[in-house]
Amino acid sequence: MNLLVCIKQVPASSKVDVDPKTGVLIRDGLNVKMNPYDLYALEAAFAIKENYESTTITAITMGPNSAKSVLEEALYMGCDEAVLLSDRRFAGADVLATAYTLSQLIKALGVPDLIICGKQTTDGDTAQVGPEIAEFLGIPHLAYVIETSNYNDKTIRLRNSYDTYDEINEVQLPCLITVDKGDWIPRLPSYKRKVNFKDYQIRTLTLKDLVDQDPKNYGLNGSPTQVEEIFPPDKSNTSINIEGSKEELAKKMFDILKKGKFI
Amino acid sequence: MGYIRVNQKLVNKDSVDELRKICPFDAFEYQDEYLSINAACKLCRLCIKKGPKGVCEFIETETKQIDKSNYKGIAVYIEQRANQAHPVAWELIGKAKELAKISQEKVIGVVIGDDVSKIADEALEYGVDQVIIYQDDLYRDFNVEIYTNVMERFFEEYQVNIILIGGSAKGRSFAPRVAARLKTGLTADCTMLDIKPNGDLLQIRPAFGGNIMAKIHTPNHRPQLATIRYKMFNAPSKTVPFGKVFYKDCSIISSNTRVKLIESFDKPKVKDISDAEVIIACGRAFKKQKDLLLIEPLAKALGAEIACTRPLIENGWFDPRKQIGLSGRTVKPKLIINLGISGAVQYIEGMKESEVIISINNDIDNKLFDISHYNILADIYEIIPELNKILEAYL
Repeated sequence: MNLLVCIKQVPASSKVDVDPKTGVLIRDGLNVKMNPYDLYALEAAFAIKENYESTTITAITMGPNSAKSVLEEALYMGCDEAVLLSDRRFAGADVLATAYTLSQLIKALGVPDLIICGKQTTDGDTAQVGPEIAEFLGIPHLAYVIETSNYNDKTIRLRNSYDTYDEINEVQLPCLITVDKGDWIPRLPSYKRKVNFKDYQIRTLTLKDLVDQDPKNYGLNGSPTQVEEIFPPDKSNTSINIEGSKEELAKKMFDILKKGKFI
Repeated sequence: MGYIRVNQKLVNKDSVDELRKICPFDAFEYQDEYLSINAACKLCRLCIKKGPKGVCEFIETETKQIDKSNYKGIAVYIEQRANQAHPVAWELIGKAKELAKISQEKVIGVVIGDDVSKIADEALEYGVDQVIIYQDDLYRDFNVEIYTNVMERFFEEYQVNIILIGGSAKGRSFAPRVAARLKTGLTADCTMLDIKPNGDLLQIRPAFGGNIMAKIHTPNHRPQLATIRYKMFNAPSKTVPFGKVFYKDCSIISSNTRVKLIESFDKPKVKDISDAEVIIACGRAFKKQKDLLLIEPLAKALGAEIACTRPLIENGWFDPRKQIGLSGRTVKPKLIINLGISGAVQYIEGMKESEVIISINNDIDNKLFDISHYNILADIYEIIPELNKILEAYL
């Protein structure tokens, strides 16, 4: 089987602020990491590879050149190939343009049997890109998958977890799944694999490698939604600050709870 | 539409330094005295607004404008399972009615299912102008392919301006599929919605994974799509029905699918934190899982449900259904006590409607202190044992 895993580099810290006076974004360093849900996506792929002969796994991402580091991590964990899509003309892409761009990359690489995404990223938090990629590729998708079984090159059986119930579905391949934690335990990158991949060159594709090369369909220009304004969240100024020693604080807190008839 | 052009004549070391400082996405590259913008750019345009004058410039490119007056109506997708509507739909109808007053539009409920006449009656009681029903044996269970075909058909016929979809797990799988089919925008998990008289929807949600809100609009595409989490808005009070119900011909909609539902089963019930009256929420200040035992006496005294933030779910310490926030559950308890939570905006948006908010943190810069009713600047490891002593003596 051919598997493809979509991964993304996200800020390691959620400490992003906006200066209320100047409106400038303030980011706490530029530390980055792999989106944590993508670790489960990778692990889901590795589990299939361990059970199914002649499976290859390709990891893809989109972003600046520095995003290669998450692809390297994916290779050292167990992927066979990695591809970066990088072009300034993809800048400012919303969900639709991002999904369209990734679907174009997947078409250029050849649609695999199974595409696996994390259920969402921790920076965008939309959970929408995976399903939209599937629609652009004209293949079915299932979201919030927590278990895969009974796979062959025609179908796969999936357990997916909704808010209050689970479903078992059988889906024809090719298809796309977005995965939640499930029973997958992310592995660490292997030093041995790192050595093996010493001379490996991660392929970098740009707009000119895609089938649709019209820049109007990408980035800000291909994005139906636009950010009109960014602003800091509401602050209510009614906070009461409780002060004192730890004994006093505990006593004051107890009094608040008692006064509110919570105790 | 357009792009950012760098005026190389004005580029020097100072302007490069300044731009690099301003850009939150590290998108400027300076090499051989040439300043370029790389793929990390999100076109936030801060470099234009706040950067050295004239260095970065936004070049508008022309786009054909659609005629927005051709699109009228605010549709609310009414999700159902076993012919029971998900209550988020009523909350969305309430919000749709507020918006419709400003933009002078009709509110339309859309139901897909196999026996949904009761849901239609219920929708009418919440005051929709129309209920559009797609009823067929094949629509009994949610199927993302078939349901997308139905929504596509609905839009073809009704040319609505807006479609609101509840942000349940199923809704979050369905909405993006519909958006991509209709080649339009979709904003996930809006925390506020507003509308301009011309029908432009303002979709407000946290952005950039941080403590920032973004006001998003869809200037030149219709329909405008948004998902909204359960318990974000209030359901309207019931009214004497005045709307009309329309059953549509489904024979012309393709029911081909590659997804076969084998079985579905309810999860063992965990007490849902969405309905809890008192919540103690734990954050990253808890260093070890067994330290959570510290809060047992307080939880018992308050009859509180214990919930947590996303990092503790990632640690595997809690069932994911115990997570508060836009990526977990939205809660509105009478009392919430936040223990050692820094208050990422996605967390705050999931609990800020709580009636009484008490936050304990030893970092004065935590964001929860901005929205809490009581702020206690303390280490949870110091104050909770003290509180436990008082509780023990009192009870």
